[in-house]
Amino acid sequence: MGEVDLARSSVRELNAALHRLGKDTNATQWRVRNPRGQHSVAVGLEVPVTVEIDGHVGYYCAGMNKDATVIVNGNAGQGVAENMMSGKVWVKGDASQAAGATGCGGLLVIDGNASARCGISMKGIDIVVKGDVGHLSAFMAQAGNLVVLGDAGEALGDSIYEARLFVRGTAHGLGADCIEKPMEDRHKAELRRLLDAAGLGGEVDAGQFRRYGSARRLYHFHIDHAGSY
Amino acid sequence: MCGIAGLFLKDRTLEGDLGALLAGMLAPLSDRGPDSTGFAVYGEGLDGTLKLTLRGPRTLDADALLKRLGEAAGGPVVHRCHDTHLVVAIPADREAAVRQVLHGFPEVAVVGAGRRMELFKEVGRPDDVSRRFGLARMSGTHAIGHTRMATESAVTTDGAHPFTTGDDQCLVHNGSLSNHNAVRRELIREGLSFQTENDSEVAAGFITAQLRGGRSLEQAMEASLGALDGFYTFVIGTEQGFGVLRDPIACKPAVMAETERWVAFGTEYRALVDLPGIDDARVWEPAPARVYRWELH
Repeated sequence: MGEVDLARSSVRELNAALHRLGKDTNATQWRVRNPRGQHSVAVGLEVPVTVEIDGHVGYYCAGMNKDATVIVNGNAGQGVAENMMSGKVWVKGDASQAAGATGCGGLLVIDGNASARCGISMKGIDIVVKGDVGHLSAFMAQAGNLVVLGDAGEALGDSIYEARLFVRGTAHGLGADCIEKPMEDRHKAELRRLLDAAGLGGEVDAGQFRRYGSARRLYHFHIDHAGSY
Repeated sequence: MCGIAGLFLKDRTLEGDLGALLAGMLAPLSDRGPDSTGFAVYGEGLDGTLKLTLRGPRTLDADALLKRLGEAAGGPVVHRCHDTHLVVAIPADREAAVRQVLHGFPEVAVVGAGRRMELFKEVGRPDDVSRRFGLARMSGTHAIGHTRMATESAVTTDGAHPFTTGDDQCLVHNGSLSNHNAVRRELIREGLSFQTENDSEVAAGFITAQLRGGRSLEQAMEASLGALDGFYTFVIGTEQGFGVLRDPIACKPAVMAETERWVAFGTEYRALVDLPGIDDARVWEPAPARVYRWELH
């Protein structure tokens, strides 16, 4: 197992070592110690390795992740897994604002709470938050799924496009053009798949969730509104 | 940008380490705010005694000033020199006479006043400013500090935080207020005076006006949610403790941590990593538009 102590090495050295790995590397298990809230830990990974970080990280941890699995044994600062392409990022504590922002693919799992703007402008990522999410989560969310086991803050899904939102607790207000939609069997099956992927097989009943999505009144041009422009 | 650090001690055995702990919190925030650094330390206070923190040029004849202050105070004033700042302790009932003397020294600014608060701020990076003032040797029950990246006004010592507008009260701010001119005009009508054009000083003044009106710190902070427009994270120091407030949109980052021995605020978690017992601390992000406060009992 590769081990990097960030009390002795810089984040740049860690990331450079991870970027040097080839797709067929056999150095697939990495452990990072003493992150001490530093930013940009394990960003830009492009190979299927597992990086486990012991402690709280700062901003943008695992940003742009592709194929790798990044596990944070602690809290993550702003923008964890920002613009993730694929792979998995698992935060075992809380995540700060803009978790999974603009993510295009892969799975982000947050065991604790996520703060404001979780999944902002998400473009295909799947996000499962076991606690609550803050206000303006899934703002302008375009594609992908946001699953919240707890409550969602104000203005959930404001100006949403085609992302799907599943909330088990209370949504404290929906944003512009975000509405509750019927939970059909195919949605339950999709939610079941996401819950299983997040390690919640059997524990959580997909039937307890409400689904929210776009009313599609905002992002389609209406000829009736032509005079408004 | 800008960085804020705040530390409130529950365990009195840590009081001697307060300054060293705060210095360790401010240093990592240097890259959030390299322009100026300031801090307020709530140390020992004596009933009937007022501490004034004064700032003057290096060419100031401190002996001459102290002699004049002693005449106004009715006896020699206890004083400590910290680089460009001088902390003097005077009988509280001689404040007016002492301030009258200070009017005769236009190059000397009163940086802060209070029974317990001492306030220091200068242009420069936090590690440098902390060292110049000897922060690591200061003790007390709580302290707040700020590293500034200037946005709304110039890089000057006057524009550095904390801002104080009342005895033992101060405020540090990360953000930018949009209606500060209108609020400043109202507060001036109510009798407050301001030293700068800075938006953060208006927030400090607003809190002071609320407290003078008999409201609690919690009520004052709740009122500021309605009155102040813009984005902000405030940490507000009083003689008894400190409070934390983020704007409803939560534009600016904030992290809090708590153990049985202390409560700490940092703009980033990096500011907290050297606090004793941090690995076992409860660490969380304060919610938007919610008042948090810790006070001595």
